[in-house]
Amino acid sequence: MTWQQQILRVNLTDGTCTAEPLNMDWAQDYLGERGLATRYLWEEMDPATDAMSPDNVLIFATGPLTGTMASTSGRFAVVTKSPLTNGVACSNSGGKFGASLKFAGYDMLILEGRSPTPVYLHIVDDEVTLHAAQDLWGKSVWETDAAIHEKHQDPQLKIAAIGVSGEQGVRYACIVNDLHRAAGRSGVGSVMGSKNLKAIAVHGSKGVSVDDMPRFMDVVKKTWKKLEQDDGRRELTELGTNAMIDTMEAFGGLPTNNFQQVQFAGTEKINPEAMQTPNQNGHTNLITNKACFGCTIACGRIAHIDQNHFSIVNRKEYWHASGGLEYETAFAFGPACGIDDIDALTFAGYLMNEHGMDPISFGVTLAAAMELFEMGIITIEDTDGVALNFGNAEALTIMAEKTGKFEGFGQILGLGSKRMCEKYGHPELSMAVKGQEFAGYDSRALPGMGLGYATSNRGACHLKHDVFAEDMEDQSANGKAQPCKTSQDAIATIDSTGLCLFTSGAWDMADYAEQLDAACKGSWTRERLEKIGERIWNLERQFNLSAGLSKSDDTLPARLLNDPAPGGTAKGRVCDLETMLSEYYELRGWSDRGVPTPATLARLNLS
Amino acid sequence: MIKALQMIPEKCTSCLLCEMACSLENEGLFNPAKSRIKVFEFEHGKTSVPYTCTQCEEAWCLHACPTNAIVINKNTGAKEVIDDKCVGCKVCTMACPYGTVNYNSATGKVIKCDLCGGDPKCVEACPTQAIIYVEHEAPL
Repeated sequence: MTWQQQILRVNLTDGTCTAEPLNMDWAQDYLGERGLATRYLWEEMDPATDAMSPDNVLIFATGPLTGTMASTSGRFAVVTKSPLTNGVACSNSGGKFGASLKFAGYDMLILEGRSPTPVYLHIVDDEVTLHAAQDLWGKSVWETDAAIHEKHQDPQLKIAAIGVSGEQGVRYACIVNDLHRAAGRSGVGSVMGSKNLKAIAVHGSKGVSVDDMPRFMDVVKKTWKKLEQDDGRRELTELGTNAMIDTMEAFGGLPTNNFQQVQFAGTEKINPEAMQTPNQNGHTNLITNKACFGCTIACGRIAHIDQNHFSIVNRKEYWHASGGLEYETAFAFGPACGIDDIDALTFAGYLMNEHGMDPISFGVTLAAAMELFEMGIITIEDTDGVALNFGNAEALTIMAEKTGKFEGFGQILGLGSKRMCEKYGHPELSMAVKGQEFAGYDSRALPGMGLGYATSNRGACHLKHDVFAEDMEDQSANGKAQPCKTSQDAIATIDSTGLCLFTSGAWDMADYAEQLDAACKGSWTRERLEKIGERIWNLERQFNLSAGLSKSDDTLPARLLNDPAPGGTAKGRVCDLETMLSEYYELRGWSDRGVPTPATLARLNLS
Repeated sequence: MIKALQMIPEKCTSCLLCEMACSLENEGLFNPAKSRIKVFEFEHGKTSVPYTCTQCEEAWCLHACPTNAIVINKNTGAKEVIDDKCVGCKVCTMACPYGTVNYNSATGKVIKCDLCGGDPKCVEACPTQAIIYVEHEAPL
């Protein structure tokens, strides 16, 4: 048990909803969530298919531990082909939606085809209905959430929805659930929009069982304790993920002004201390911290904006609390765009959730537009009269809203940095890998992270590898390939359990194995989980290669490879990717062209 | 001196582990829909409030029950449902001014908090001590 052993298949073209058994052989080899959904994706679509075509398949997947009392058990993944990278998209979210889907009796939801008219999916356990959504089309995520709750008069409905950005094909539109959690990256919201699917509303009441409940609860209490006592966990609870901004500032790995600098003078105006300190009006940004389903960490921030701030002074509809700054949001709107106005950053964060967009990709795309503007490549003629200078907080809030509503220059920003910079003849200004924008770690200061960015199957991403400690200790490229590979495989496994990656500071693979072994039938060992992670990584690679990606996409922007870091602890360094990459391919058992060898595929049962 | 559940909303992170522990204790599986304790969220999660039966002194549920299926546990002060006597008429759910007695359509009986016989599992599961079990002179 712990798998519900059932998936829900919705063909949007035909309007049919069918429950079918979960392929348990695959579950044994790929667990759930990220891994299992990728296995289904591989089976169900041609990777060369256009991401916005009806033939793309959109999968929502829970893991075997989703909806249990294991800490952080609220996770689910959205897996599909990405319109941003043209490779595999795998976006992870928390909140309460995923657990509710599992409680309704489904491990996975597979959406195929394209509805002739806008619809939303309503799931109450076995009762599954597609409802007309013409009246919701054009509405924001928040308006859609309220309208569906109102219509069904069911406060227990957990809703995942897209905004106008997803309807209109913004390349980094996301799917927002529970108002301010998101399957954020790689444009999964636009795939949903291309299927004319506005929202999914779930009320699950069947519950979840595990194989050996007494043993499972013993293990769960032990792992709770371990997490409780972990210093990293304490920092996440007390300061949130934005604690990282001070670390990166001091280290000189905080990408600033579109990665032209590695430190930001305004950091102390937007760091966790600033979030907790009253401003001149006596307003404090942070209200409290909140958890996703089943989580004993509670890193999520709930904040509000100063009502005197220019962004909302005349807009009472934003005089309420909502999700506050995470590190990546703070980095992408703050240092990357040179902006140190905490209320503007918070408001832009609201707009991302309200309109359904990835703050990392939006912020780093805006940063590229700012550099184009300062170079004179684009002017206020192009930008609806808004001066896109670095540091312009008003420009951030205006452009966030325009992109969310797909208006004016927002339509250009909605292309993402790669396509936008190519359009203006300066592809080198796009700080992205495979078309997906960077998170807030500079690869010159953190070369192992750079290798991870270059090789991540979903393009630039900070959550698919963890070479952080090794990079902080030694900024050379030496010995980074091994920890990069090992952490990539480990994270692929964790991402497939139903648990949150933020447990990995406190738990090792044996802790995950013990929880799975008590919850699921079969023998779940550390070794088996490590092999599963490696299998998932290689399957994602196979998908990307079949989609047309190649070794030439395993690279970094020239700025990080050629321009020495202008300051910080890595001053004068560039990222020596080439050395690390050859070593990495060899460790992976891939050819020098980055293709898994037949022996590697056979070893992982992927032949 | 008996004990009562005390909720401290400012400490609640809305993780729902109380609901999970409650359903595990009473239903043998993880199912917040069958929990006797509920967490209510307001304003995008700004406030979250765990809430369950207060074991109130008046105990209108107990007085309204036509089959005497709700009784007081002398040790804990909890008003408990005797399943064998409950006929599922739902009068208690209407009598309760707080909405903390609920009908379980799967069993045809009502469910409410019984303080787990004096060892409330929601208290044990709460990671932030937003639910505590404290001694008091009279019902809170």
